[in-house]
Amino acid sequence: MDIRFSEEENAFRTEVRAFLQQAWTPELAKRIDADASYPQAIVEWQRRLFERGWVAPGWPRAQGGCDWTPTQRFIYDSERSAIGAPEVLPFGIKMVGPVILKYGSDEQKARFLPRILRGQDWWCQGYSEPGAGSDLAALKTRAERAGDHYIVNGSKIWTTYAQYADWMFCLVRTEASARRQDGISFLLIDMKSPGIRISPIVSIDGEHSLNEVFFDNVRVPVANLIGEQDKGWTYAKSLLAHERTAIAGVGDSKRRVRQLRELARRETQLGAPLLDDPLFGARLADIEIELMALETMELRALFEASKGKGPGAESSLLKIKGSELQQAIQQLMMDMAGLYGAVLGDSGHDFGNEARRSFMYGRAATIYGGSNEIQKNITAKAVLGL
Amino acid sequence: MNFDLSEDDAALQDSVARWVQQRYPFDVRRKLAAEAPGFSRTHWREMAQLGWLALPFDEAQGGLGGGALATMLMMEELGKGLVLEPYLPTVLLFGGLVRRSAALRDDWVPRLIDGSTLGALAWQERHGHHELADVQTTLRSAGDGFVLDGDKVLVFNGAAADQLIVSARSTGSRFDEAGISLVRIDAAAPGVQRTPLQLMDGQWVAQVRLRQVPVQTSQLLFAPGAGHAPLRDTVREAMLALCAEAFGIMQVLQAVTLDYVKTRKQFGVTIGSFQVLQHRLVDMLMALEQTRSLLYRAVCSAGEGGAEAERDLLALKVMVGRCSRKIGGEAVQMHGGMGMTDELMVGHGMKRLMVIDSSFGNADVQRARFAALAA
Repeated sequence: MDIRFSEEENAFRTEVRAFLQQAWTPELAKRIDADASYPQAIVEWQRRLFERGWVAPGWPRAQGGCDWTPTQRFIYDSERSAIGAPEVLPFGIKMVGPVILKYGSDEQKARFLPRILRGQDWWCQGYSEPGAGSDLAALKTRAERAGDHYIVNGSKIWTTYAQYADWMFCLVRTEASARRQDGISFLLIDMKSPGIRISPIVSIDGEHSLNEVFFDNVRVPVANLIGEQDKGWTYAKSLLAHERTAIAGVGDSKRRVRQLRELARRETQLGAPLLDDPLFGARLADIEIELMALETMELRALFEASKGKGPGAESSLLKIKGSELQQAIQQLMMDMAGLYGAVLGDSGHDFGNEARRSFMYGRAATIYGGSNEIQKNITAKAVLGL
Repeated sequence: MNFDLSEDDAALQDSVARWVQQRYPFDVRRKLAAEAPGFSRTHWREMAQLGWLALPFDEAQGGLGGGALATMLMMEELGKGLVLEPYLPTVLLFGGLVRRSAALRDDWVPRLIDGSTLGALAWQERHGHHELADVQTTLRSAGDGFVLDGDKVLVFNGAAADQLIVSARSTGSRFDEAGISLVRIDAAAPGVQRTPLQLMDGQWVAQVRLRQVPVQTSQLLFAPGAGHAPLRDTVREAMLALCAEAFGIMQVLQAVTLDYVKTRKQFGVTIGSFQVLQHRLVDMLMALEQTRSLLYRAVCSAGEGGAEAERDLLALKVMVGRCSRKIGGEAVQMHGGMGMTDELMVGHGMKRLMVIDSSFGNADVQRARFAALAA
């Protein structure tokens, strides 16, 4: 048993670090932080990675990916998160891209994949509906075949960044079959199509990233159907397992903990650094210890993956613990900010607003990607045989 | 990076697992625990014949040269059977120090390997609270040699051991790391008085009273006053081994609980069909996987030593304490009234886990140490 990285892997780490230092500039970081410049800036970040050939770690090289091993992906992600650089938008590269790669036609691949790599199209995900959240198979948005088109009616909800999106990958019902998972199809919908209406949802962090999207007789060419009609559930499920492995967020949580430690050195309580307070120290230690366990759990999953096993049931455990820890970190930062965390606007305090925003936005982590309760159901069935 | 076992390691694990399965059905364990010495000398001889008592010793001393991983596998499997034989006190604590002592190893390692000597390490004192350097037992010069005076408490295997290693202060004041000496004494030496006590996990310990015990220079393990570093290193190895044992126990408790909820019926259905229990069983699995992760991490870094190894070990001991409580508690709870019974293995597993948590400092103690490291 050996937990160390190989020499080649360490050399790869050095290479990644050198590139990131040059590509992730303070100027870009500032633009990504500001709401108004975010959409252009995040695409610019993707373009820089694309130019280096590193935008799609999991894609095959022939399709413009890096063909990295799971371990190389882990190393890249640790280095990226250590300097606070964001992941590229997941909707194209991580979500719809792999589905098109696996199930799309040659024509669809040629049409969509190059644009996904370059960030030329902004994608959004059309899964959840008002009546279909954790119970995704209850979805009701209909697509009826009419000649060369599907006519889509219904609505999707919690659609992140629909307001910027050029395309949506969408689950629609094409057949009212006995088994609800049958009769679902995977459609790519042009967001400029007539009959689409986007209604913003302001979330508890005060931001507008979520939307409800309504479809009123929207015409979608049959050429935009992925794979076979009525088989979309299978395609979507392969994507969900993928989404869960990325969700542990170990690297980002480690950076957050380092940040907390720095803040706690500066914050004082009765004239002494908060970091010296035993109760605070104990809370921080609990988080750090769980993070160490999570990191090694992820390495173990990587090792299994490197032997050719796909992301299995352990991805649920990574999702559960990863999101719980993110929230524990956010809670601790919020507690440190105290009443300053409640101030809307600039109070002159250094991290109050950041603490509140990340706390509020962070509530979503235990809900999205299959809520933690659903992950426990999956684990109970798949791992424990209950 | 590689989390697989080598063929040799897997073979060791298999042979211990088979022995535990054959020799340690739970009713045998109960009978052994019921009366002193709380284990079987026949078992001990078998363990010697199988070569297990030689595991951590260097090949030059007739040992097998096994490292942290081999010890982990051994302890994990012994844990699964709640094995009572004094492997930790004799081979890992007494043996760990003897192995490090140029003065003693040639004489004593062979007697440990062949199973003829049972050892114990007397380090803890009433006021000490898990602090190795808090030593008030004294070693004073007298004529050509020394005399040993003090009181040691809760010495693992202290009742059955033939030989003891005792930590005592030669110089310096309370809490000083410098000035602590380690001496080997015969358990039957004049001035040594032992009071046996049984712990709730079945093992027998001893309170050891030392009054004017004569000690020759040849009984010193290291130079006078230079005992703290080897003592600390030995105890760290023992903590890692105990965590591996705890991991073995947790696996069994999780498995029997899972079996039970799949067969026990109430309201006409198996209780494992209730979502409230399913989610808690997933929490138990999570605790198990967290422990496994930190155990592997600590075993891998143990060989390298240094600050990383210390941090990994402290994190592991905290995690073991927390997860023991969760898994032990849930195992009893989900077994309902049966979980309360002495005839079921579950409560005994929980008790052993509680004793392991308390040994060498519980989760809270280790967490404070971890926080101090990181700050």
